[in-house]
Amino acid sequence: MFPIRLAGARFTAGDRPLLDGIDLTIGGDGITVFLGPNGAGKSLLMLLLAGLLIPDGGRIDWNGGPLPDAGIDMMFQQPMLLRASVFANVALALKPLGMKQTDVRRQTMEVLHRVGLGHRSEDSARLLSGGEKQRLALARSWVRRPRLLLLDEPTASLDPTATEAVESIVREIRTEGAKILMTTHNLGQAMRISDDIVFIDAGKVREHTATARFFSYPQSPEAKLFIQGELPWRIAFEP
Amino acid sequence: MSETFGDALSLLGRLDPAVLGIVWLSFKVSLTAVCIGAAIGLPLGAWVAVAEFPGRSVLAVLLNGMMGVPSVIVGVIVYLLLSRSGPFGPMGLLYSPAAMVVAQTLLVVPLVAALTRQIVEDAWREYAIELRSLRFNMRQCISTLLYDCRFSLVVALLAGLGRAMSEVGAVMIVGGNIEGFTRVMTTAIALETAKGDLSLSLALGIVLISVVLVLNGGAYTLRYWAMRRYG
Repeated sequence: MFPIRLAGARFTAGDRPLLDGIDLTIGGDGITVFLGPNGAGKSLLMLLLAGLLIPDGGRIDWNGGPLPDAGIDMMFQQPMLLRASVFANVALALKPLGMKQTDVRRQTMEVLHRVGLGHRSEDSARLLSGGEKQRLALARSWVRRPRLLLLDEPTASLDPTATEAVESIVREIRTEGAKILMTTHNLGQAMRISDDIVFIDAGKVREHTATARFFSYPQSPEAKLFIQGELPWRIAFEP
Repeated sequence: MSETFGDALSLLGRLDPAVLGIVWLSFKVSLTAVCIGAAIGLPLGAWVAVAEFPGRSVLAVLLNGMMGVPSVIVGVIVYLLLSRSGPFGPMGLLYSPAAMVVAQTLLVVPLVAALTRQIVEDAWREYAIELRSLRFNMRQCISTLLYDCRFSLVVALLAGLGRAMSEVGAVMIVGGNIEGFTRVMTTAIALETAKGDLSLSLALGIVLISVVLVLNGGAYTLRYWAMRRYG
């Protein structure tokens, strides 16, 4: 699957390029954060990497081949929650794998315990708190033991405690050997959790570098402005 | 008027065998039609909501349009199919409860399918991308959506049952309204009213209205419970 290579990947809406000639190589280890202001194209890039959208131009290959059939999972900012129990919502992810019911039960309960929801397995998923819902969504992705896990703003609407819990689970998933790609516009989170940062602005990759280097020596003017907290304002007031 | 109403209540009170027989047959025919209609209409509606194929919009419009087809037209079509000279004539189903089930099923399927399509399409809009990311195939998508929409789909099935139980034209044509064999509540009400026996008509009418109220009360309670239980 790795490295994933994007060469001149483009995605347009009408005449407007939302992703404009993305060149990027993603290795198979650690946590890579896609950082950038709202509307930069981070989530769109995730959808391309998950194979849920096809680029209008350019090329994406997974270790020189096409999109793998399995091993890639994605967690969405607003995860789908069925009108069913916590257990059923996680076990749902195993449905396409055709596993035996006993294995489904064992694997689902194991991952629910690891995200701290084992005691709530029979509760309704839709009645969980915001943080618990995100942990459930993480469990649903984790239960399939993906090689690549894409997380789209997993903590966007969470308080610091819930955010910390989600980050801790993400680190645990990484430790098990999954590659994590995560979008955020939260500088503190990017600094805490990532090994390297891909900075995206206006549909272009401006910088791809190790986290410590990114925050100490940002190379692009856009990244400098973003770290100073000025980029979103500059974009908003540009004619 | 009050005397007729009193007679009707008396018929119900002493569990008149003729009334019970008619009510029992009505339920048997309509529930069978709704079960078959649900088995066809639910997956059909969900498939039209989820699948992408040329002519999908035409099929959706067709299903919506068929919800309002007059039951007598369906009755005539089934009559032609089941009559001695029709393609299914040798089966000898005409003027039997089975023929009534066929006619009511044809009335129920488009209604259930059209309502299911609408309900499932809304859920599909919300869930499509995540179900695709989980690599669900069409069958798995449909079963998941039908499961998630199950409480809303009860309304579709109730509408189907209402359509089946209240229609008179189709069952009159293909059943023949034969006493003790194919006479159901609606055909009995039509006949007895024409004969002037209003007490039996009224008794059956009370049963019909009671059934509708009980079913709707049940559906309301189920939805209320589901909202509290599942959010």
